Amino acid sequence: MIVAVDTLLQGVLLGGLYALFAAGLSLIFGVMRVVNLAHGDMIVLAAFLIFAIAQTLGVALGVALLIAVPAMFAIGYGLQFVLLNRVVGKDILPPLLVTFGLSIFTQNGLLAVFSADSRRLSAGGLESASISLAPGLAIGVVPLMTLAAAIVVIVALNQMFYRTALGRAFRAVSDDPAIAQLMGVDNKRVFATAMGLALAVGAIAAIFLGIRANFDPSIGPARLIFAFEAVIIGGLGSLWGTLAGGVLLGLAQTIGAEINPEWQLLSGHLVFLAVLVLRPRGLFARGVG
Amino acid sequence: MSLLATAGLAAFYGNFQALYGVDVAFEAGETVAIIGANGAGKSTLLKSLTGLIPAAREAVRFAGEAIGGLSPAHILKRGIALAPEGRRLFPSLTVEENLRIGGDHRKGAGPWTLDTVYGLFPVLRERRLAPSGALSGGQQQMVAIGRALMSNPRVLLCDEISLGLAPIVVKDLYAALPRIKTSGCAVVIVEQDIVQALAVANRVYCLQEGRITLSGKPLELTREAIQEAYFGH
Amino acid sequence: MAAGASLSSSAAASAAPASQFRVATATRASFATAALAVVVVVALIAAPAFVSRGTLKDLFFVLTLIALAQYWNLLAGYAGILSIGQQAYVGLGGYMLFALTDFAGLDPIVAIVVAGAIGGLVAIPAARLIFRLSGSYLGVGTWVLAEVFRLVFAQVKSLGGGTGASLPTSVTNDAWSVKWVAAVEGLRVSAARDRLAYWLAVVVAVGTMALVYQVLRSRQGLALAAIRDDEAAASSIGVDQMRAKLWVYVVAGFGASLVGALMFFETARVSPDAAFSVIDFTAYVLFVVVIGGIGTIEGPILGALVFYEMRNWLADFGPYYLMALGALAIATMLLFPAGLWGALSEKLGWRLFPVQRRLIVRERGDET
Repeated sequence: MIVAVDTLLQGVLLGGLYALFAAGLSLIFGVMRVVNLAHGDMIVLAAFLIFAIAQTLGVALGVALLIAVPAMFAIGYGLQFVLLNRVVGKDILPPLLVTFGLSIFTQNGLLAVFSADSRRLSAGGLESASISLAPGLAIGVVPLMTLAAAIVVIVALNQMFYRTALGRAFRAVSDDPAIAQLMGVDNKRVFATAMGLALAVGAIAAIFLGIRANFDPSIGPARLIFAFEAVIIGGLGSLWGTLAGGVLLGLAQTIGAEINPEWQLLSGHLVFLAVLVLRPRGLFARGVG
Repeated sequence: MSLLATAGLAAFYGNFQALYGVDVAFEAGETVAIIGANGAGKSTLLKSLTGLIPAAREAVRFAGEAIGGLSPAHILKRGIALAPEGRRLFPSLTVEENLRIGGDHRKGAGPWTLDTVYGLFPVLRERRLAPSGALSGGQQQMVAIGRALMSNPRVLLCDEISLGLAPIVVKDLYAALPRIKTSGCAVVIVEQDIVQALAVANRVYCLQEGRITLSGKPLELTREAIQEAYFGH
Repeated sequence: MAAGASLSSSAAASAAPASQFRVATATRASFATAALAVVVVVALIAAPAFVSRGTLKDLFFVLTLIALAQYWNLLAGYAGILSIGQQAYVGLGGYMLFALTDFAGLDPIVAIVVAGAIGGLVAIPAARLIFRLSGSYLGVGTWVLAEVFRLVFAQVKSLGGGTGASLPTSVTNDAWSVKWVAAVEGLRVSAARDRLAYWLAVVVAVGTMALVYQVLRSRQGLALAAIRDDEAAASSIGVDQMRAKLWVYVVAGFGASLVGALMFFETARVSPDAAFSVIDFTAYVLFVVVIGGIGTIEGPILGALVFYEMRNWLADFGPYYLMALGALAIATMLLFPAGLWGALSEKLGWRLFPVQRRLIVRERGDET
């Protein structure tokens, strides 16, 4: 019984990490209707960035994060302006191919700079700290912080989307780019801002990824797949849905791993496929998708 | 010098030429109607003025500045706003958000705020939180006009606001026009409903197959002249 | 390469329109190509007599890459399905080859074909699943599918589980086809196997291009082009989109499995990571297609040759090689979206495998 509760808790907490992976992806797709195939690699890039900042400047992780978040925003903004704004449009082939090329480029760039060695972000003793809920039942502080961060990020993104002029611009551009321009919206800047935000959120995801587990240049694509599955399970167009999707994915993987450790990933994929079959629009889809 | 004027404006959709050397001018404070049959080029003219379709730089002048071919966002910032054909509200935004976005990027000098727009179209205040797609056609048209007003434009362009609407609804819409006029902006209406257009306009242009075939004050124009200009025979 | 469908409105005796018209795809250049193609194919078949075993392996690699690229092109260029998961079928084909030869004792050549067929069959339920997604999401969905295949096969202990399995030499060496080649050519059996694999690659590559060319010239091809150009318009003229897309996906699945089985016959070893590698079977293919030109038959040939050259120069440079590939693919997409062949074809009007239909109107009085 305790084991079952423990499994569920771990699954939910893992879901927080997946929701963080997914939030940026959801944002980009919502605004630009583009799937950034390099999304996972961007998160890994952020992890290495945090690692490098902490190492070379000798600062605490929190400080490194404070530097990395705006840095990743700038990288995202620049990437969109220079590269991806040229391929946004009705044809889906160019953005897919360009972001795929970017994914390969980024992975191998990281490989060239950092080698294939696994790294870890050391957070003092935080990674092993835990809170005891009951005899035999404890939850890690870092996973809890991850889930909390995911909730905070999603609340913040929602507020931005539905209460600010920028959010109105995001939604308008997604609906009707030509008429949005008529309203004075600068589409190029809006897209770049969205990408910057997505990568900034990726930096937050990266720090929790890096504390929790080892990372190396090759793990990007798998993160993309988790992010993608979380978005699809939760439903397009809803950030809370994305959170729910992440949690469900985390639960599926953790339960599967409990049955047989080799089945962790497969369980997640199977739940994803099941949602595709039973509720193709996702569980909490909203609006015009 | 006119507030907004074109000189030899040409417009193309790919290889197809839709406007041939159009010369029109709009003065501050006046209401001008542009009439013409379907496909005559009326909407094309408005799209060229607002940057949705490319135009030669010198072909369009606003307050003396050559603005042809600038992006729609830049043109809005200078003070030309469009209520587009078919309303084209943003489905993901509520009524109020659609209005707000009209004013997000230009705080022009003028009386139009969320409050005064609701004063112009009171029914919108009741439905302000509704998704814009849930409104009737006439109400959506009010939102489209309100959205354009929110930038306090110096020239308001209205593209076929009567399209697809019942006559009584159209009457209500046009009843709001005098208050818009008093706020000082020039109003250009593109209309297929000739009677309505002539009733509100200080001046009229008629377009036929991409060319201006008639211009003048409504009272000076005979029915025959208009018919000739409209249909070509 | 005769004309495609033929529509003739023959004039009545007096006042009816005097022109006859036919719809044709052939051009003058295409007849020259046909001749050239025959020469090239003959040279390829005769190659083992002249080139080293190493070169044969290189040729094998290029030919299989061209074949994979043709199938990918068919999927993306004509059905609008952007798959980054064709490695699912390549790996499936590889594993099926092993299963069929090892457990069912089939001759490798037969096993390769059957593996292809199995790939096509598996594509049917797979399509039912992932076609629920569309556009870019469909692309990622295909990748997820490939991951599922990889993880599933890693669990199958009898096929080597996570570490994989080797094809026993007894299997290849006893195959009637290999023995026949060894006997005819007077070779050791292992060399004979390589030659056989090479010839099969020639057959597969040429056959694939012929198949794709036929498809595009047929009514199916016209339907596909319509779908690619405008889905809404296509459905309004009654093109059964779903069936057309499914059909193309099945053909692509068959093709990828066929090529996969052939490739793993040549390497004689399969493992989940190698069989379902996204780099080898999607990234390289994408590169070839993008560089060469999407949606044409000639493009992948050019792309594969460029890729082969780059590989020779740069493969020693590890990650920089792939970085260069990635950067080149991005640059090409931005600057030459139609690829090298597309740019050449535009400038020079070349069409070696013309699939565009041209209306040829013959006026009364023309001598043609």
